[in-house]
Amino acid sequence: MGMALMRKFIFRYLIPRIIQYLTIIFVGITVTFIIPRLAPTDPVEAQVSTMVAMGSSLDPESIEAMRTALTDLYGLSGSPVEQYFTFWGRLFRGDLGPSLDNFPTPVSSMIGQALPYTLRLLIPAVIISFIFGNVFGAMSSYYPENKALKVIEVLGQVVRSIPYYIVAIVLLVVFAYFIPIFPFSGAYPLGTRPDWSSPEFILKTIEHAVLPAATLILIGFGGWFVGMKSLTSNIISEDYVVYAETAGLRKNTILTQYIMRTAILPQLTALAMVIGTVFSGALIMEVVFGYPGIGGLAIRAIYSNDYSMIMGITIYSIIGVATAVFVMDLLYPLFDPRVRYQ
Amino acid sequence: MISIVRDLLKYDGRFRLAVIFLGGVAAMILLSYNSPYDPGKSFVVPWDLPPSQQYIFGTTSRGQDLFWWLTFAVRNSLFLGVLTAIISRVIAILVGLTAGYRGGWLDRVLMSLNDTFVVLPLLPILILLGFLLRERMSLFYLAVILGLFGWPFDARLIRSQVLSLKERSFTRTAIYSGSSGFWITIHEHLPFVLPIVFATTINNILWSIGMEVTLSILGLSDLTTPTLGTALFWANQHGALVAGIWWWIAAPALVTIVLFLGLYLFFTSINEFIDPRTRLRLIGG
Repeated sequence: MGMALMRKFIFRYLIPRIIQYLTIIFVGITVTFIIPRLAPTDPVEAQVSTMVAMGSSLDPESIEAMRTALTDLYGLSGSPVEQYFTFWGRLFRGDLGPSLDNFPTPVSSMIGQALPYTLRLLIPAVIISFIFGNVFGAMSSYYPENKALKVIEVLGQVVRSIPYYIVAIVLLVVFAYFIPIFPFSGAYPLGTRPDWSSPEFILKTIEHAVLPAATLILIGFGGWFVGMKSLTSNIISEDYVVYAETAGLRKNTILTQYIMRTAILPQLTALAMVIGTVFSGALIMEVVFGYPGIGGLAIRAIYSNDYSMIMGITIYSIIGVATAVFVMDLLYPLFDPRVRYQ
Repeated sequence: MISIVRDLLKYDGRFRLAVIFLGGVAAMILLSYNSPYDPGKSFVVPWDLPPSQQYIFGTTSRGQDLFWWLTFAVRNSLFLGVLTAIISRVIAILVGLTAGYRGGWLDRVLMSLNDTFVVLPLLPILILLGFLLRERMSLFYLAVILGLFGWPFDARLIRSQVLSLKERSFTRTAIYSGSSGFWITIHEHLPFVLPIVFATTINNILWSIGMEVTLSILGLSDLTTPTLGTALFWANQHGALVAGIWWWIAAPALVTIVLFLGLYLFFTSINEFIDPRTRLRLIGG
């Protein structure tokens, strides 16, 4: 890539993406800053009084420390502008305060422990459903008479339209309750300690991950299928495809190199757009399957009134999703020669 | 209108299925006005009874007849969906039309904001909101909140339509005959945009009902109002699955699936009918 091209790439492609990335984080964090301030109740006092009412065994000093921490967390000391800057300052230091439920463990370290569970489930599930959905979607428009593909399409459509929670609970009831072939909940058997050096433990964790991962894959599959099908339905009658067919190229080559290659680009853009939605789906699915990831943390925080944890999860989710989208945007030129050689 | 419905009934199996499913849902909603029980009261019937002729969907551990309770739940969930859709449609139309017609820096700012809202992970933000509102959360508030978040995808769609409408000759004619930008947008462009708005409405209703289910499961909605989500919340609270009261989970799940499939099939069928290319394939012309 020459100097001029490089400069064009940076100004036309890279800088707008960076601006968009910063905008997402700025808007998201500002929204999380504003929301508690619009809440009709005094959050600090409400929090402290529920903690006390729940018979918390904290001494007065810790309660006072908690009150200070809460006032800080809600961003309620100083003028609104000052509060806003303090809020950002804390974010940059990665300091989101202590968890109120597990006082004084920092929220950041608890999220750090839970995150790998979510990612280990989410990333393979997204990749698998993306690949399968797109391949089957392209096949179904290339082979419109295939009966099996039609059945797969209908199933994918049905699952896609139903709320995540319902899909998860149906699978859970069927495969862990009526036909108990998979464990009911958790990421590993109750009572065992995580030991990543033992092959037996790893096998158990895989067994526990099958059902939640299958749910995520099923939920995502239909969307990619439908998207790919509608994208390729116009491509299959394009001149270059007809030409390739007359030239006697193998069907599989035409399907993958000619048809899917063109249609995969908008699908990759769509993947970046739905990361936030997929992440939200993973959270609710963890709740159903009692999985100890971010979703598991969130539901525990809701039940135990752990405000700082909820705040931490919201902030980290925004930053995490925005970063994932940004990384995908940066990888996009690898797949799209038009961006590369613009 | 009637001939369209007749054509769809004749040629599209999905539409027939949608009519059956939605008919069932409509019947439930009508029945709710005739319910023998007040959904707010518990222990009005014997508890934990499995489905039978007398109690079609069984009864809950709170002593409620699940069928009659769910008639209210469907009604409320649909109300939430429609209200959310109306609010978010208004915002989507305003943003989409303005960005598309005005263009320039306003378009860039609005679309940047738009894309931001598309990408942001909504569930954590809604959890934070629900957590802070807790007892004050009502079905109406929830609809407003979801409406405020549910517009960006469709705003972009509307904008792209307006961009192409703007290049058509009738827009130019209108400008040369001295019409104001606002007048053109409302009188000339809005009618073209409305079919898309209609198509996206159903999708938005599905999205918001699904969100309500999700938030209720987490205990973050108005739990005293019967909805499809709160039905599942109370079942979980009473450990329905562990106690073997499977119908408490199965019945709301079934009703939700019927409602969603009905709306979804209706949506895809209408969508293909609106698009003349797919309509030909559908009717086989």
